[in-house]
Amino acid sequence: MAQFTLPANSKVTPGKSFPPPAAAKRAKTFKIYRWDPEAKATPRLDSYAIDLEACGPMVLDALIKIKNEVDTTLTFRRSCREGICGSCAMNIDGTNTLACLKPIDEIKGDARIYPLPHLPVIKDLVPDCTVPYAQLASVTPWLQTESSPPPDRERLQSTAERAKLDGLWECVLCFCCQTSCPSYWWNGERYLGPAILLQAYRWLADSRDERTGERLDALEDPFRLYRCHTIMNCTKTCPKSLNPAKAIAEIKKMMVARR
Amino acid sequence: MAQSERPLSPHLQIYRPQLTSILSISHRAAGVALAVGTLLLVYWVVATASGPAAYATAQAFIRSWFGMLILLGWSVALFFHLANGIRHLFWDAGHGFELKTVYASGYAVLAATAVLTVVAWTLGCAMMGRP
Repeated sequence: MAQFTLPANSKVTPGKSFPPPAAAKRAKTFKIYRWDPEAKATPRLDSYAIDLEACGPMVLDALIKIKNEVDTTLTFRRSCREGICGSCAMNIDGTNTLACLKPIDEIKGDARIYPLPHLPVIKDLVPDCTVPYAQLASVTPWLQTESSPPPDRERLQSTAERAKLDGLWECVLCFCCQTSCPSYWWNGERYLGPAILLQAYRWLADSRDERTGERLDALEDPFRLYRCHTIMNCTKTCPKSLNPAKAIAEIKKMMVARR
Repeated sequence: MAQSERPLSPHLQIYRPQLTSILSISHRAAGVALAVGTLLLVYWVVATASGPAAYATAQAFIRSWFGMLILLGWSVALFFHLANGIRHLFWDAGHGFELKTVYASGYAVLAATAVLTVVAWTLGCAMMGRP
């Protein structure tokens, strides 16, 4: 049975408040989820007021500014700052997205920032993604063949066959969609979730792959695939504008077609 | 270094309600409401079969303001579940997954629910000769 409330050790309490700098022209408050594994305390929400006149345009710019200038203990993942590494995925203003792609101007009022939902927290905005990574490995996300390759060249695809992979290969595995799905919140250990099923479909849709049957066998399960109830939070939240819900529907159609 | 047990990050508490998730949970709630409402229908049928006195009691309950309120809720649930169920059929066939379409069909379902409910009650009241 799904637990809709947070366990006692996970309840968020009000935290510290950092006022804006005295000369601030355009102050904006960022309320950020904090949890320190070495302190014996429950998570808290710290408030940081910064001057947007002296800050880059994206939420990630604000986080880096806070870490550099206000509170060096603030912990978050980031790398490429251009939406291609998927590291800075977090819940910003109520929906999951990449901090580097989210303009601060799109947020009305105080900006609330939490880690990706319904995951164990390692520290502050850094969640533990062990389970989704294990689920990704379980769908064997690589090309598998039975036949031997042509001796003189690669396995070729027609333009049309290649086009079927568009909208699938672009996924950066940030897990924004995965952790936006209420069904994944309640059944995360048995339902594979939108990000993983999109990856599963990426190989089901690949004309060169020769293990389609085995891949579908592995998904034929009350939980792994069929806990998708077409809620559509995944497609709504994807920072790369991909469509995991459609990929899942295509898998379900393949299941019916092979009966 | 001793570490505390990792907390679970907030989910339902902080995730912004949006058309996608609201219509989804409403579909399930409407389904539950319809199942419970069917009990009322069964009660009415049993009362009809039990004789004039039981039938009069049932009619009095259903025609009271509380009974009418339940009936109104039941009809809203019925039409919403019907319209959104058709939306789900299109999804099951692999159509209508673009985000714009999802929102358009979502608002269409809400509009259809309102229209069908008003039409049903207008016709119903006209036939029963009641305001």
